[in-house]
Amino acid sequence: RTKTQNFCRNEYNLTGLCNRSSCPLANSQYATVREEKGRCYLYMKTIERAAFPRRLWERVLLSKNYEKALEEIDENLIYWPRFIRHKCKQRFTKITQYLIRIRKLTLKRQRKLVPLRRKIERREKRREEKALIAAQLDNAIEKELLERLKQDTYGDIYNFPIHAFDKALQQQDAESESESDAENEEEEEEEEDVDKREFVEAEDSDLSDFEDMDKLETSSEEEEEEEEEVEQKASRSKTKGKTPLKGPARRKRPYIEIEYEEETEPTTKTKAA
Amino acid sequence: QEKLAAKKKRRKEREALGDKAPPKAVPKTIENQRVYDETTVDPNDEEVAFDEATDEFAPYFNRQTVPKILITTSDRPRGRTVRFCEQLSSVIPNSHVYYRRGLALKRIIPQCIARDFTDLIVINEDRKIPNGLVLSHLPEGPTAHFRMSSVRLRKEIKRRGKEPTEHVPEVILNNFTTRLGHSIGRMFAALFPHDPQFIGRQVATFHNQRDYIFFRFHRYIFKSEKKVGIQELGPRFTLKLRSLQKGTFDSKFGEYEWIHKRREMDTSRRKFHL
Repeated sequence: RTKTQNFCRNEYNLTGLCNRSSCPLANSQYATVREEKGRCYLYMKTIERAAFPRRLWERVLLSKNYEKALEEIDENLIYWPRFIRHKCKQRFTKITQYLIRIRKLTLKRQRKLVPLRRKIERREKRREEKALIAAQLDNAIEKELLERLKQDTYGDIYNFPIHAFDKALQQQDAESESESDAENEEEEEEEEDVDKREFVEAEDSDLSDFEDMDKLETSSEEEEEEEEEVEQKASRSKTKGKTPLKGPARRKRPYIEIEYEEETEPTTKTKAA
Repeated sequence: QEKLAAKKKRRKEREALGDKAPPKAVPKTIENQRVYDETTVDPNDEEVAFDEATDEFAPYFNRQTVPKILITTSDRPRGRTVRFCEQLSSVIPNSHVYYRRGLALKRIIPQCIARDFTDLIVINEDRKIPNGLVLSHLPEGPTAHFRMSSVRLRKEIKRRGKEPTEHVPEVILNNFTTRLGHSIGRMFAALFPHDPQFIGRQVATFHNQRDYIFFRFHRYIFKSEKKVGIQELGPRFTLKLRSLQKGTFDSKFGEYEWIHKRREMDTSRRKFHL
């Protein structure tokens, strides 16, 4: 309902509005154009048939050709009031235009709207939340990463693995300590410290993005280094079954010492202390 | 109320018994009660291994092809979707975002194949947020259609790090147990190049839990050998599988390998398919 006009609900109405002049109920001589399944028909109502509701509306098929159909409307409504003729032709024009548009659209991709069921949506949402809580993603990811670290997928980038292997092997083997072992321990200590130093330095230069992480990291690593040294000194009876590694390590030893002499100065100081 | 009382009593009993107390009862979770799915993959299953060696991902897993990915949206993407696409392309290396001005998917696929793309991702959106994802492996590969929910852009994630760098991330696929889950897992793995660069220390995780796949992108750092810290960067979203088709994307004539039928499949609370 617009401000000035009402809409007519009758399906045979010519314009859409409820007026005295365009109501099919109010006028006994009336005509409309309607289309069914893509074909347009001209419907006419005359006074003579007012008594017979079944035969009231007379239907004429209009040709598919636009101009011919207009002529047909004209010949059928020849002595009819101008208003009705004009409006019929207008309506027919509109109808053909929208039929053309429909045909064009069906050729292009159609967007199908699938209605979303509210109950189901709610259910899915709830289940998802619960699944998220059950998943404990962070823990899972951390575990997986540690697993991969243990399985040595990262190769030699990280130097922790030696400790991990130690602790694992400790439980299995029970070799007694030996001088060579002690030596190797010392060696590995130095190597580790050296390498750790390297590791930390590299991190600082490459990943200066992580300010906070860096600080955390470096501080924790320094602490760890000291702790490890203390640990190793205290418990020399720990066994390290990794003899195959120590061969090349031993060979590398003198070289490493020479190269990184300066860097290991602080560590030597702590050792002395 | 009664439950509380019973619990307290049980705890007292346990403390009273000390060492001789019976071991703690494991609480029942949905994962524990899960209806056994006959298509669960056994790690040593020969048939599965053979299938995987001969299916469409074989060239990828044999390192013959390098993944090249095309990300696109449905018509007229809204700002959020566009930004999500950009972030997604920064997560997945070797990916390109192309906008779609009314191009039909059926016509876009031959073009992609001609230009040597291995995978196609279409992000469908509704009411200005992305809500669907179609992932298809291009040279006649399977197409998976997901419903995407809970999308967080990078700026909406709290305590996040900087942008992902160009290093190739690692991939973690968690909990893909059944046959179906296995094939979907391989689809995801095929998106990323096979050799992750460990210097980048980035990891993309696809975690499947109760048929919901959670995607996260983190940067990890090993604080010690038993502790790792992760920092979330990159977008996050959850996917739920709607259908899996054998060939490339075809809504009417495609051969569906699996569709989610709500009537049959959602009946039991403990039955999952992925």
